[in-house]
Amino acid sequence: MDRYAQMFERLDKSGEGAFVPFVMLGDPDPETSLAIIDALIKGGADALELGIPFSDPIADGPTIQKAAIRALKSDVHPKDCFTLIAKVRQQHPDIPVGLLLYSNLVLAPGIDNFYRQASEAGVDSILIADVPIRESAPFAKAAAEQGIHQILIAPPNASDQTMAQIGKLSSGYTYLLGRAGVTGAETAATMPASKLIDKLRQVDAARPILGFGISKPEQVRDAIAAGAAGAIAGSATVKIIEEHLQDVPAMLQRLTDYVSGMKAGTTHS
Amino acid sequence: MTEHLDSKFGQYGGMYVPELLIPALDQLEQAFVDAQKDPEFQREFMALLKDYAGRPTAMTLTRNLVSNPKVKLYLKREDLLHGGAHKTNQVLGQALLTKRMGKEEVIAETGAGQHGVATALACALLGLKARIYMGAKDVERQAPNVFRMRLMGAEVIPVEAGSGTLKDAVNEAMRDWSATYDKAHYLLGTAAGPHPFPTIVREFHRMIGEETREQMMEKEGRLPDAVVACVGGGSNAIGMFADFIDEPSVKLVGVEPAGKGLHTHEHGAAIANGTKGILHGAYSYIMQTEDGQIEESYSVSAGLDYPAVGPQHAYLHDIGRAEYASVTDDEALNAFKLLASKEGIIPALESSHALAHALNMADEAEQETLIVVNLSGRGDKDLAHVHQILTGEKQNG
Repeated sequence: MDRYAQMFERLDKSGEGAFVPFVMLGDPDPETSLAIIDALIKGGADALELGIPFSDPIADGPTIQKAAIRALKSDVHPKDCFTLIAKVRQQHPDIPVGLLLYSNLVLAPGIDNFYRQASEAGVDSILIADVPIRESAPFAKAAAEQGIHQILIAPPNASDQTMAQIGKLSSGYTYLLGRAGVTGAETAATMPASKLIDKLRQVDAARPILGFGISKPEQVRDAIAAGAAGAIAGSATVKIIEEHLQDVPAMLQRLTDYVSGMKAGTTHS
Repeated sequence: MTEHLDSKFGQYGGMYVPELLIPALDQLEQAFVDAQKDPEFQREFMALLKDYAGRPTAMTLTRNLVSNPKVKLYLKREDLLHGGAHKTNQVLGQALLTKRMGKEEVIAETGAGQHGVATALACALLGLKARIYMGAKDVERQAPNVFRMRLMGAEVIPVEAGSGTLKDAVNEAMRDWSATYDKAHYLLGTAAGPHPFPTIVREFHRMIGEETREQMMEKEGRLPDAVVACVGGGSNAIGMFADFIDEPSVKLVGVEPAGKGLHTHEHGAAIANGTKGILHGAYSYIMQTEDGQIEESYSVSAGLDYPAVGPQHAYLHDIGRAEYASVTDDEALNAFKLLASKEGIIPALESSHALAHALNMADEAEQETLIVVNLSGRGDKDLAHVHQILTGEKQNG
């Protein structure tokens, strides 16, 4: 059964939202990256959002750019990322795993080939940061063929027409942007997002998970209260890695603690 | 939304940007389409081009440069335009669009600083607030242009990320725009990037080719056999080509920077040696690794130092309408010196690439041939750099 649907069903029953941390695969190196992902799951991550490092990440702020640079410096290639995902999948058969990356990494090996590799590794969804809905057809087609959800972004400035398309085309979940700009914890998400969430509900979109500018448990609580099905924290999670590069055991402990703190924010009060 | 313009050139181009930027690009397209039909906008643009920038630019027949008596080599003198390069044309157009959209701020990227300088002057003139992203390495290498921009009131923001050059400046400008599109226009500097930029930049430069047509008819009574222009992103080339695309007798020749040689990794020839991919919002020829990571380009001329090419050039190449050659640093430097010593004109290193290839064409011509080189910019900005290279050569030799 579909892992996102399963996750939402489980969380609905227990009255919780999803907390989804993002990290860059291979940051700072493949071995540590695997330990990091374990630490996130240990802390209670409901799903994972994982990046493949790209040289020119135009939708990312400095924290995630640096993570990509660290991974690339460790000579991490997309094939190494798929190997890491396959390992995670082996140990955690039920957790939804999403990929978040840039279009040129998908085109380089060929769209179909890329989605097949992703599917074989155990990926559940793919979000391509620089593919808007109007360019998404060939990607969505490959996704459908491989049983992968193509994740769409609902930005705060979306036109009604874009919203209608999200309603028609979204699956897995909808990535709800908490604010304009690039990724980063420096600028907080604008709350409440309830207006956008209502719109998504009206068009019958896949359930919204709020990202961009999420770093604190209170924000997770607000997101859930506004009707989001969960929250994603990328830069805040990656920042912990950046700050503990010299002390991996402390990094892993902090990550587990951070995730469990954020996860605590997902319980409906 | 109504789609007014085709966003692709064959398979190339498109809008590969975050969903967040789509409304801003749609707004820009609408403003452009309306402005093209608005006589008042056109009148204002034409007046600025004529009275402020100095159009039409001259068409100069070279006297001493070409030894083949069958060949007449003309120079389209964009180097004489205010600002020192063709860039002023389209910047004035986009600055007027900025005002038309009710925006008061302008974001731009610059490599060598030429687009930054053009943006700064247009913003000073039209009362817009400019912030210009420039790779930290380029800020250091191009100090005079940084000073020019600041004199004209622009804020110059050094970009440390990545390689600290043009492509990183573009990344940072796009990041800025995704947070500020409500009040800021991204004034992209070349015929690349997401739709509608390649089309807007072409249309705001197409007077280069239109004037060339008129001037050649006046001087020679016929169209040129070939027009030659350098290609980094490809704005001056597409401006020269646009009016001749439907004239099959006119050969369109783009010249890419071969840097230290196409066999090395140090070049910027995306058509000659690149592969298809997406960079900065457009599908085109780009320089990339097998995995799809973007590679650093290299050229002695900073204005051609970009690892992609505008999507319409990729298309014109594939359908065989335009041909693309490449020229090394050394060949370009040689042409730079030749034009200075034979004609008393110091060209930009970018334009020296086009000239170098045109000189080869002139040597090989067996029939009466009319060639026009788009001399896209003047070489003042390159003097210190070339001086350094030439004195270095003497010391080493």
